[in-house]
Amino acid sequence: MLSPEAIAKIDYEITKYPTEQRQAAVMSALRIVQTERGWLSKESISDVAQYLRMPDIAAMEVASFYNMYDLAPVGKYKISICTNISCMLRDSDVIVNHLKTKLGVGFNEVTADGKFCLKEGECMGACGGAPLLIVNNHTMHEFLTPAKVDMLLEELK
Amino acid sequence: MTTPVNSYEAGKPVTTDLAGQTLLCLRTLTEENPASLESYIKLGGYSSLKRIVTEKSKATDIITAVKSSGLRGRGGAGFPTGLKWSFMPRYFDGVKYLVCNSDEGEPGTFKDRDILRYNPHQLIEGMAIAAYTLGARVGYNYIHGEIWQDYDIFEAALHEAKAAGYLGENLFGTNFSFDLYAVHGYGAYICGEETALIESIEGKKGQPRFKPPFPASYGVFGKPTNVNNTESYASIPWIMQHGAEAFAANGVPNSGGTKLFSVSGHVEKPGNYEVKMGMPFKELLELSGGIWKGRKLKAVIPGGPSTAVMPASAIMGATMDYDGLSKAGSSLGAGSMIVMDDSTCMVKTLQRLSYFFYEESCGQCTPCREGTGWVYRVITRIVNGQGKMEDLDLLTSVSNNISGRTICALGEAAATPVLSFIKHFRPEFEYYIQHGKSMVESKTQDTNMEHQ
Repeated sequence: MLSPEAIAKIDYEITKYPTEQRQAAVMSALRIVQTERGWLSKESISDVAQYLRMPDIAAMEVASFYNMYDLAPVGKYKISICTNISCMLRDSDVIVNHLKTKLGVGFNEVTADGKFCLKEGECMGACGGAPLLIVNNHTMHEFLTPAKVDMLLEELK
Repeated sequence: MTTPVNSYEAGKPVTTDLAGQTLLCLRTLTEENPASLESYIKLGGYSSLKRIVTEKSKATDIITAVKSSGLRGRGGAGFPTGLKWSFMPRYFDGVKYLVCNSDEGEPGTFKDRDILRYNPHQLIEGMAIAAYTLGARVGYNYIHGEIWQDYDIFEAALHEAKAAGYLGENLFGTNFSFDLYAVHGYGAYICGEETALIESIEGKKGQPRFKPPFPASYGVFGKPTNVNNTESYASIPWIMQHGAEAFAANGVPNSGGTKLFSVSGHVEKPGNYEVKMGMPFKELLELSGGIWKGRKLKAVIPGGPSTAVMPASAIMGATMDYDGLSKAGSSLGAGSMIVMDDSTCMVKTLQRLSYFFYEESCGQCTPCREGTGWVYRVITRIVNGQGKMEDLDLLTSVSNNISGRTICALGEAAATPVLSFIKHFRPEFEYYIQHGKSMVESKTQDTNMEHQ
């Protein structure tokens, strides 16, 4: 069951498309439900599909194609760090190592307390601020240094 | 007071040094609150839209002006914008669509982001003028999912523009109506390809369509659709306000206007620089503070990884425009300049790029789906000290068999770095294979990749 808040947000997205193209809002709807629930279970995807009157498998195809949708739990804070060329040239490996050591996890692992998950991201389209990371898909942190990462982790406690 | 962890401040420019730039698409950067409607209007914003709509300007006249401005597609292909507009059917019974491609995901490309966050209204006006010209009733701006804060800025600007009467029904009391919406990607490089982007707008996985039919006849929801890049649309209001000749005069023959260059990598001041087309590379490098740490330039990827890498010797004398870079052996692409200093290991750099194309292949076409993985595994073998000399020919052969054998241009995009890196830096690859280690001793080049 979708929450009333999620339904209100999805309804707004649906207004962007012709009435007979409700399913076009699936990208937003999945994003909205994931933001609310932390990740997308099969049940969550099915809730979205039902609301948009599309087959479950069609919503699942979308959820599994785009890499910002999480089909497994990612902890309270998902940290996606870019290691692509522009970030790599500006020593993203130093930031990655720092995060791994601080959190005690590798890529795609969740800390024991369920708080953090570290993901390796692909180019995020903000290479001028390299190295950079995104917290829970929507908050970007640029020009990273180990000290800045420490402050960020402190804030996210 | 604690120092903010995030250097990002919504709506506030990070780059404040505007010297040497020619600001057309980012002209509001001179204002205190660049993204605001007031700032844009102060500079003459929305005056062209109002004039065109109320004077009922002829669509053919507008297209002629866009053609003579010399504006070419800023997303990377460089196709003349005015010519593209002329492909849209004039008479069509039903809704026509306008799409803006703000899905920047090619490594090193981050220019559209600055238009979205610093000058969103110029993009909105540009799209509205295009909608008027092409008879489009509805528009979508498809924005890269990773720059969420900028998506929010753009969507807020849409509401602001609508409230002020620049979007919506019966604009300026005429029968011209245009609705514009923000929609988003969520982590798929392939959606920067225009037909994959259209699939994504329709709520599907982003796999490119066979062409023809082209979007101009079969686009969003099967209707005629014009797709342009953010920077292309954002150039339109300036052209309409100041004239096609004035725009063209900012560039060189065959490359009209200014261009936003996204400079990243080993420079002192990475960021976006809007400069006149045809600026010598040396000058642009100077604007971005030169090579960092007092090191020497080794190589530049001038337009994003789908354009060929250039050794320092080839780019030092080049000018930054379509013909200039093509003469020097590469291309302008999206103007995404990735700068590498002499500490860069080209083998490991290519390994990272190859992983990117392997990871982002949509899987639809066999040569790309299998070939990108193959290329990545062979380069990884070299990096792990198990390379063989014949691997270099193998890499070339696999890449040549991807290129030109796929539905979309990602095939060529994946092949270009491999072919150009080996062409220009072959001794470095050979050394790595012979010695099992990099020719360039660098501690900063461990790529930390944990991929299988």
